[in-house]
Amino acid sequence: MTTWQTVCEVTDLQADAGVCALVDGVQVAIFYLPAEAAVFALGNYDPLADANVLARGIIGDIGGELVVASPLYKQHFSLSTGACLEADGVAVPVYPVRIAGAGVQVCV
Amino acid sequence: MNTKPTLVVIGNGMVGQHFLANLVLSPMKDEYHIVTFCEEPRPAYDRVHLSEFFSGKTAEDLSLVEPGFFEQHGITLHLGDKAVSIDRASKTVMSARGIEIAYDKLVLATGSYPFVPPVPGHDRPQCLVYRTIEDLVAMQAAAQSGKVGVVVGGGLLGLEAAKALTDLGLKTHVVEFAPRLMAVQLDEAGGALLRRKIEDLGVTVHTNKNTSLITDGENCVNKMCFADGTELETDLVLFSAGIRPRDELARLCGLDMGARGGISINNQCQTSDADIYAIGECALWNGMIYGLVAPGYAMARTVIAHLAGKYASFMGADMSTKLKLMGVDVASIGDAHAKSQGALVYSYQNDDSGIYKRLVVSQDKQFLLGAVLVGDASSYGTLLQYCLNGIELPENPETLILPASADAPVALGADALPGSAQICSCFDISKEAICQAVSAGCTTVDQLKAETKAATGCGGCASLVKSVLNAELTQQGYTVNTDLCEHFAYTRQDLFSLVKVGGIKTFADLLAQHGKGKGCEICKPAVASILASCWNDYILKPEHAHLQDTNDAFLANIQKDGTYSVVPRVAGGEITPDKLIALGQVAKKYQLYTKITGGQRVDLFGARLEQLPPIWAELIAAGFETGHAYGKSLRTVKSCVGSVWCRYGVDDSAALAIELENRYKGLRSPHKLKFGVSGCTRECAEAQSKDIGVIATENGWNLYVCGNGGMRPRHADLFATALDKATLIQYIDRLLGFYVRTADRLQRTSVWLEALEGGLGYLKAVVIDDKLGICGQLEEHIQQVVDSYQCEWQTTLQDEDKLKRFRHFVNSDRSDDNVVFVEERGQLRPADANERKHYQIVETV
Repeated sequence: MTTWQTVCEVTDLQADAGVCALVDGVQVAIFYLPAEAAVFALGNYDPLADANVLARGIIGDIGGELVVASPLYKQHFSLSTGACLEADGVAVPVYPVRIAGAGVQVCV
Repeated sequence: MNTKPTLVVIGNGMVGQHFLANLVLSPMKDEYHIVTFCEEPRPAYDRVHLSEFFSGKTAEDLSLVEPGFFEQHGITLHLGDKAVSIDRASKTVMSARGIEIAYDKLVLATGSYPFVPPVPGHDRPQCLVYRTIEDLVAMQAAAQSGKVGVVVGGGLLGLEAAKALTDLGLKTHVVEFAPRLMAVQLDEAGGALLRRKIEDLGVTVHTNKNTSLITDGENCVNKMCFADGTELETDLVLFSAGIRPRDELARLCGLDMGARGGISINNQCQTSDADIYAIGECALWNGMIYGLVAPGYAMARTVIAHLAGKYASFMGADMSTKLKLMGVDVASIGDAHAKSQGALVYSYQNDDSGIYKRLVVSQDKQFLLGAVLVGDASSYGTLLQYCLNGIELPENPETLILPASADAPVALGADALPGSAQICSCFDISKEAICQAVSAGCTTVDQLKAETKAATGCGGCASLVKSVLNAELTQQGYTVNTDLCEHFAYTRQDLFSLVKVGGIKTFADLLAQHGKGKGCEICKPAVASILASCWNDYILKPEHAHLQDTNDAFLANIQKDGTYSVVPRVAGGEITPDKLIALGQVAKKYQLYTKITGGQRVDLFGARLEQLPPIWAELIAAGFETGHAYGKSLRTVKSCVGSVWCRYGVDDSAALAIELENRYKGLRSPHKLKFGVSGCTRECAEAQSKDIGVIATENGWNLYVCGNGGMRPRHADLFATALDKATLIQYIDRLLGFYVRTADRLQRTSVWLEALEGGLGYLKAVVIDDKLGICGQLEEHIQQVVDSYQCEWQTTLQDEDKLKRFRHFVNSDRSDDNVVFVEERGQLRPADANERKHYQIVETV
């Protein structure tokens, strides 16, 4: 059973970039693309760098797929699937996320 | 028991070593037991670049022998042992240490010695020659106590030696017997221009001078007296009046000699004894001694082919040369003096820009016979190819040397060259050989160098090698993709122009007008840097913040555990005790690991994201400002204390360093920039390993450019000498402006210069002579950046909205629990994976 939790306001998000929210003890990186009114949520932990940093990566697209590049070693993680484009079998969790009114909601 | 025949090589200089290096690549290496004698205490080194010993290269840097070369190829090397006699009847060689070796084939590569004119007093103290590393060490010792140095001989080597003396900090004179410098290679006008240029660099040139005596000086160690009654006091006298073949071994064993010395050889490089060859500067071919390395190399290859039973002949060599003498480009091709029958001469002289060019053309104007270039030798490659390959000249040959105009012929393209055209004369690499290497998979100049050795000798052919490479790649259907990334089909240079000319102020606008997609971690920071270079906006404005790499985004340097390091600016490395204490107090309060950097400042590690604003608030209150350690921008200007404290200091290097650092701080550039300023030629600030290096001399500041330490060290090039401060800053402004405009993304100045078509000469033409007419714009651009400087941390601390970004969690004040420190040597450091496991268990218990 998914439970939506409001974690912050839309105004707390960074345009075309990420922030990190603590949700039930889990670090969730939330990325916001205002042009599309889209939000994405991945685990903040970069398994290749062993550090909680993905929310601080640059977002962009590789061949049309939306990705975040880890700020430490620049591997790309898909915003929609969490899969790492450079390392087979490596992925970070993807969490349901939505904008509800002025709030941002996540399920973990 | 060794049953192979023995091949003995006497002499391990450049040519002797070239012979061995090529021999071991040929099947002949298995046919012989190889023995070589080397009189000097070290194996072969690069005498062509000897003067670089004084600009910082070590004997090891100059070595031409790969470590383990002799052992690996089973060559017996007798180092520091001189061959003293040859017994042709018993076919043996005897050494100074008494080693006797029986040879089947013998190669003499004994080279030459510097000619010292038999002037009375020529053997006085501090009268030296310039040939070996031991000579250089003696020069260095003599220069320690002396102030003045004289080079006797204004030829090619003499001018090289004069450069060495100026590098040693001596007031330098050149004394030449002939009426002009480089009399062999240059005509009168070329020699005169070269003289003027060299005198501009602070070297005094005396021509038509015949030294008659060297005796005790009054103010210096020595005094030179000339036939015309004049005198010159000097501490050091350096003879560089030509070379003489070292032929005594051959003479003693009765080989045929030239009337004026030299071991006579035939086209196969055999002496009058068919089992004895002579190669290099000891050999006399067709009445000629070749004092250049390339003909010696050609002789070495001829002998190897001949040993293998192949038909090979040495048929003379082209004596064309191109070199940089004290920063002045000089080149001479073929019949420079127009001695050929009916030869026509075209010349171009521009005293203002210091350029002289002369073409010698056949009577029918079809072919180029020779050329002289002074001040700008950029057309050397093209002219040499016209000359060597008998390529038909354009209708108006003078267009080859006139300044570029719309209707001027472009440089001779690689396509115009025949396959047999020799591209690299040092290693005899033809165009065909380069094309084959490209077919075999080489796609970069570096790969070509590794594969074929082309352009690894004197380097004069580098740009030609590049154009042959590019032409061949195009021919073979490669397209060289220079797009920045999939979002912009432009190079960084293109994007810079689009931003600047189009007045584009944001990434979104640039993407909409010239790109596609959403961008990525390559183009976003690159464009952010271009925008900052052009408009110098605050980089965390909402429209720019998301473009920045994490270091720029949080104005600090990310570390492996996601914490940051903090580096305040300490301009020139000068810091008051109070500020040093303040740094210590901040570090202590926030428990930051503290380390002194190589750039003379202090790095504070282990700051959590949320700690950055309070740390900076305290630092700014103590008078610090941001150090841009996180940015692709000016990092530090390293300096020594200079003349204020140092007993050797010539000028106030610390004050200049501080002024430069404050001027260029905040300039966003394609990559980071490091400067150094030294107060004397002892160079304690290591300025020659920096992007911009400045060294004080008695005559003013010397400017060095495009050096690098780090992964790919590169010694900076001397760019201009004896500058006053205003000119120095003007040149640096222009240089940085040009770099910011034209470099690739993340391209350091060292790589930029190496890739710059026309190299250092072109850069000088742009910056010093304003060849492109853009210096005004460049200066204006830099001035605008200087005027709009702001401390990014100060701006950030004043903006509540910005500060919101400096939290690990958007919805909690807690810290990242993955960041764990342990103590080591009295400070904190990140815990490793094992330590972290242990820590977590402890905490949950």
